[in-house]
Amino acid sequence: MLGNLKGLLLTLKVMRREPVTAQYPDPSKRLPIDKRFMGFPALLWDNSNDEPFCTGCMVCVRACPTQCMSAEMKDNPKFADGTSRRRKIIEKFEINLSRCILCGICVDVCNFDAIEMSHEHELSKFERNGARAALPQLLAMGKKYQAETTWQPKQPEKNLGKPPEKPATAPQPEKVGGVVTS
Amino acid sequence: MVNIQTQASNQDSLQAVDMMLNLGPQHPSTHGVFRLVLWLDGERIVRAEPHIGYLHRGSEKLCEREDYTQIITLFDRLDYVANLNGELAFCMAAEKLMGLEVPDRAWYVRSILCELNRIASHMLFYGVYGLDTGAMTPILYGFRERERIVLLFEAVTGARMMHNFIRVGGVKQDLPEDFVQRVNKLTDELKRGIEECDQLLTNSELFLARTKGVGSIDGPTARDYGCTGPVLRASGVKEDVRVSEPYGIYDRFEFGIPVGSNGDCWDRYYIRVEEMRQSLSIIEQAVKQMEPGPIQAKVRRIARPPKGEAYVRTESPRGDFAVFLVSDGGDKPYRVKVRAPSFANLQSITHMLRDAYIADAVVILGSIDIILGEVDR
Ligand code: SF4
Ligand code: SF4
Repeated sequence: MLGNLKGLLLTLKVMRREPVTAQYPDPSKRLPIDKRFMGFPALLWDNSNDEPFCTGCMVCVRACPTQCMSAEMKDNPKFADGTSRRRKIIEKFEINLSRCILCGICVDVCNFDAIEMSHEHELSKFERNGARAALPQLLAMGKKYQAETTWQPKQPEKNLGKPPEKPATAPQPEKVGGVVTS
Repeated sequence: MVNIQTQASNQDSLQAVDMMLNLGPQHPSTHGVFRLVLWLDGERIVRAEPHIGYLHRGSEKLCEREDYTQIITLFDRLDYVANLNGELAFCMAAEKLMGLEVPDRAWYVRSILCELNRIASHMLFYGVYGLDTGAMTPILYGFRERERIVLLFEAVTGARMMHNFIRVGGVKQDLPEDFVQRVNKLTDELKRGIEECDQLLTNSELFLARTKGVGSIDGPTARDYGCTGPVLRASGVKEDVRVSEPYGIYDRFEFGIPVGSNGDCWDRYYIRVEEMRQSLSIIEQAVKQMEPGPIQAKVRRIARPPKGEAYVRTESPRGDFAVFLVSDGGDKPYRVKVRAPSFANLQSITHMLRDAYIADAVVILGSIDIILGEVDR
């Protein structure tokens, strides 16, 4: 008898509770995303020099276990006129997001801090090929990720594209009898 | 006339024919794609024959053309309920071959995460086993507890299931700053959760009636079939790789090995509940002992183990998960063989199902807790 009453009381209590389930695309009801969450890989933007970090070196393409990426590089026009340290730059990049297994290996192997697992994770698309993300989309994802988080390159002195300020013409060392003194 | 004659002659040879019944491969309670062919005499099972291979992905063959970092992602997908335990086994095999000394802190991180994964796996078993025996509520409780663990995994590894976190020679990243605080909160919650789950199902009269004395297997027979893990321990054999052949830092913890006596479904179920408590105590000890330090041994980016072979055994939630690794000195292994505990445990079902009732077939299958990804590889 007492047990029955106890059970009934619990039922009544649960009945008055607010529902915990929510309609899916409601943005206010989204679960918080953890800082380390690994969504789709995205290419990052070098704000210091206004170009992507990626040089198209293809290291990530070779390391990817599902072979879902492809990349092509070109000569960086900014390098020719001296406004960038990047000799080469990415021309075409594509990741087949429906094939990516979100393993993060591409992030580990990249030497240029150019790729990062973003917080993007929704995969439903209207077209059959919609999940094949090309360069502009990957860069947009990266920019969104950089805006949302406090991402910083791990090796800024090596990887930022801004050329070092040239010191104003340094005084030439005097030549004394063919021996350089400095 | 002719008909009568044949009928009469048939009369002598008239005998009951066993009915053949296919359970699966699409049956929801086979826990994956698994076909069980049953020969029935009325309601009794005369013979059972498991058919596997519906989830075969050729993982072992794939290992031969991927390098050591990439293979870890394949081991994630073998036992897809206890991913970290699979990763650990492969990394240990590679480390043994290379003679690497893994730093202490890396081992603590690995042990904590693997024990958490064991609890998550057993919680899933708990819920699903409730469903198998006809109880609807346990799955809600089991998943609620599992969700807490999975959320912590997301904070540490970045993924809920396919972590790719354990590396040859260490782990990928150090723990986040608030980890100790979070894991302490989690163990408190889990302690309460496990007790709640225990009270809900373990001694329920209906559950006892469905599982006590059903599908018994004795210790020596279980051994002969190659059973390991909870299935073997339920039959009274005290065998746990963490204790009999301690790997990593398991010799620094104090924990008990639950052992059953009857080897029936209830024992197999209750051993897992008890194991969750023991895992919690390991986690608590590990968190207390853990000290800051390096988390990764020095390894070249592309690992090239020397020529040779290595065999390591680990205790996964399902039993003795072992990896045999042969290297020819290149950046890809020559051969990887996985000794999957589910595969060996599954063979014992032919013995357990003999003379059981057809209604108990699903209960017995559920109590072995197979993962088809690991059986078929
Ligand atoms: S993302 Fe990194 S590794 Fe991949 S092509 Fe670009 S620079 Fe190279
Ligand atoms: S996350 Fe893994 S699967 Fe996805 S693109 Fe990077 S390396 Fe390939």
